[in-house]
Amino acid sequence: MQTLDCLKPGQRATVKSVSGEGSAVYQRLMEMGVFEGVEVEVIRFAPLGDPMELRLHGYNLSVRKADALNVHVEVLP
Amino acid sequence: MSTAAVKDVSSTAVVRQDHLTVALIGNPNTGKTTLFNALTGLKQHVGNYPGVTVERKVGTLQLDEQTRIDLVDLPGTYSLAARSPDEMIAVDVLLGQQDGAEKIDVVLAIADASNPERNFYLISQLCELNLPVVIALNMIDVAESKGLEIDADKIASALGTAVIPICANKGKNLDRLRAALKSALNERKAPAGPLPAFSAEMKGEIDSLMHELQAQTAKLNRHVNRLEAFRVLVDKGGYAEQRLQKLLGADFTANLDSHRQKASKIPLPAEEVRVRYAWVKEILSGAVKRPAQPPATRSDAIDKVLTHWFSGTLIFAGMMMIVFQSIFRWSTPLMDLISELFDKLGESVGASMAEGALKSLVCDGVIAGAGGVLVFLPQICILFLFIAILEDCGYMSRAAFLMDRLLSHAGLSGKSFIPMLSSFACAVPGVMSTRTIENWRDRLTTILVAPLMSCSARLPVYYIMIAAFIPERNVAGGWLSLQGLTLFGMYGVGILVAVPIAWLLKKTLLKGETPPFLIELPSYKMPDWRTVLLRVYDRGKAFVLRAGTIILAVSVVVWALSYFPHDPEIGKSFDLQRDAVNASADNDEIKKSKLDDIDKAESGEYLRQSYFGAIGRTVEPVFKPLGWDWRISMAAIASFPAREVIVATLGTIFNLGSNEDEESQSLREALQRATWDESPRKLFNIPVALSIMVFFALCSQCAATLATIKRETNGWKWPLFSFTYMTALAYFGAMLAYNVGMWLGWGS
Repeated sequence: MQTLDCLKPGQRATVKSVSGEGSAVYQRLMEMGVFEGVEVEVIRFAPLGDPMELRLHGYNLSVRKADALNVHVEVLP
Repeated sequence: MSTAAVKDVSSTAVVRQDHLTVALIGNPNTGKTTLFNALTGLKQHVGNYPGVTVERKVGTLQLDEQTRIDLVDLPGTYSLAARSPDEMIAVDVLLGQQDGAEKIDVVLAIADASNPERNFYLISQLCELNLPVVIALNMIDVAESKGLEIDADKIASALGTAVIPICANKGKNLDRLRAALKSALNERKAPAGPLPAFSAEMKGEIDSLMHELQAQTAKLNRHVNRLEAFRVLVDKGGYAEQRLQKLLGADFTANLDSHRQKASKIPLPAEEVRVRYAWVKEILSGAVKRPAQPPATRSDAIDKVLTHWFSGTLIFAGMMMIVFQSIFRWSTPLMDLISELFDKLGESVGASMAEGALKSLVCDGVIAGAGGVLVFLPQICILFLFIAILEDCGYMSRAAFLMDRLLSHAGLSGKSFIPMLSSFACAVPGVMSTRTIENWRDRLTTILVAPLMSCSARLPVYYIMIAAFIPERNVAGGWLSLQGLTLFGMYGVGILVAVPIAWLLKKTLLKGETPPFLIELPSYKMPDWRTVLLRVYDRGKAFVLRAGTIILAVSVVVWALSYFPHDPEIGKSFDLQRDAVNASADNDEIKKSKLDDIDKAESGEYLRQSYFGAIGRTVEPVFKPLGWDWRISMAAIASFPAREVIVATLGTIFNLGSNEDEESQSLREALQRATWDESPRKLFNIPVALSIMVFFALCSQCAATLATIKRETNGWKWPLFSFTYMTALAYFGAMLAYNVGMWLGWGS
């Protein structure tokens, strides 16, 4: 299984789990809709390589790679 | 927050019909401010909640001819799980336990119709408040353009409350929204539909915790309700927990641990999220249809250019250049006009007054001080015009996206970029613009380091010192001018110092959980002009009223210190000289110029004999390690209201009058000629000039910035801290510059 920060722009994946339970990152990710079963697409990376832009639930979200490391995903074909 | 004023939400006090309050709440970027402005028009006022730095915006909403109610705009939030006192405000207001806020009668929840899933997460929490909830599904047109089909009536019947599709910026369906609010105020029923189905086990745990907390807090006149108990149990390390911990101490911690232990079978935060999203799915099922293939929107097309690694960076740089130019240069004509108007005003008022302390107070103290306040307005208004436009159209979060990496090195986020950049023109609008940073620690760090950026008020100081003492020579094989390089170095000093200071602040004083940098990148839209202009007006007014009074007071104090004791004997000796000139046989022109010189020498003598002069002589030993004598010391201290004042002060001290500016040749020469008292040794040399410049690059000699920090942080603690640390930095920085300069032999 891969972590979200390793994906390339254009790749889509399903969230399998989010680690770091109890931390602020974990809770914010959940509130923003990043939780098990959700489909995310990587849109692009910022020009300096970080953060990354995702699309999920029909909206766009910017996440730092360090935070995306907590999100374990399965890449969709 | 004081616990004495906490109100019991379960009390059944009769609500006066003439004072009904509706709270407006929603996710960020849902058009909440636009809706607030559309509903209240200009009938609104902005204040602060006591003790925190969150804006309290209340407006009057006319529901019909008889009914006028208060509409409270709550801070945008994605959830009620607060992690800081600022985030807790929305929760406390909704629970009716916030100091200085009315009890809420109805909740008006705004949701972005194009992203109902995430927006309804917050609504699931609002439905549990046991208050009537009206839902405004905003930007219904954007949702349609994204191919979404939304059946608002179906959602309404699933929720058991009113759901009105609206377009706040076009005013569409606002009448229906008002009618829905009116009936909600009459009926006073919480949503009738199902609530998120938490397991009996979890509910039991929350209830038992709530009862225990209620027993513990009963003596303290503090009521803990179900929602607060919920947040305490679920949000590990959250603000609800921290607050009760402070109130109740060790007992509370032990109690909470045992409850969490018992609930350990339930994976708590995840369980909440799972149950809530399941509820959202159920409520929206059949009511929201998404196209299988989302159509490419115009917003996506714009983003391809605006966040592209090359064109995006280029456009960003260009845009920032325009913002910077506008506050740095384009505001100058307006600022000059204001200065000129106040100079004229001072002159004409002065002409009709008798010579003396009162005239000087009115002209040099009050009128000059008021001019010193209003002169900032053009910069503030222009910067906020840009910020409001960029924010309202959706670009601001892209700017943060592009710049985040750069600022993360200093422990900050991309949101600090615009405040930092603006501070190169002026720290006052820069500090005010930190309101876009939600996280309090990040915001405070930005407020504390932003004044280190070299603002336009430092330029006159750099300019006069460089022109007078840095040799006009080319270095690096003739490629660079030494003077230009020195100026560049002065700008560099601020930036180089700001990075470790920010990093240090985040590691020590402002240590805490780093907030995850998760920001929504909303769809682009045309800015709503009413929202933009109201924002500019608000900021300008807040500055003049709140910071302005402090700046004015400082100006008067500084005036008094430089005017008194005003020994009449000094005047008499100069009158004798004047009489001698008048009696001489010189022609009128020579007489006039001689009299002029006597006037300048007189004001120089008055200033040297003033309290400031005395202060300068007293502190001379303190500033000696910087290479300064008492005159430079007093000029530096007298420039507390604003750095550029030092040029005029030096002009007066060296008998040239106060009208000398940084381009004055005679001031340059006077400084080059100046010697230490009773010694032929030159007062200024390259190391002394460098030490003065470094001091002014790092010091906090700006009453306006300190007054703004006081306003933005709601107290004197942080402006005092800012002043202390910057002055210490400036002192040691200047000492280092002087000694290194002397050691390198630049002193001769």
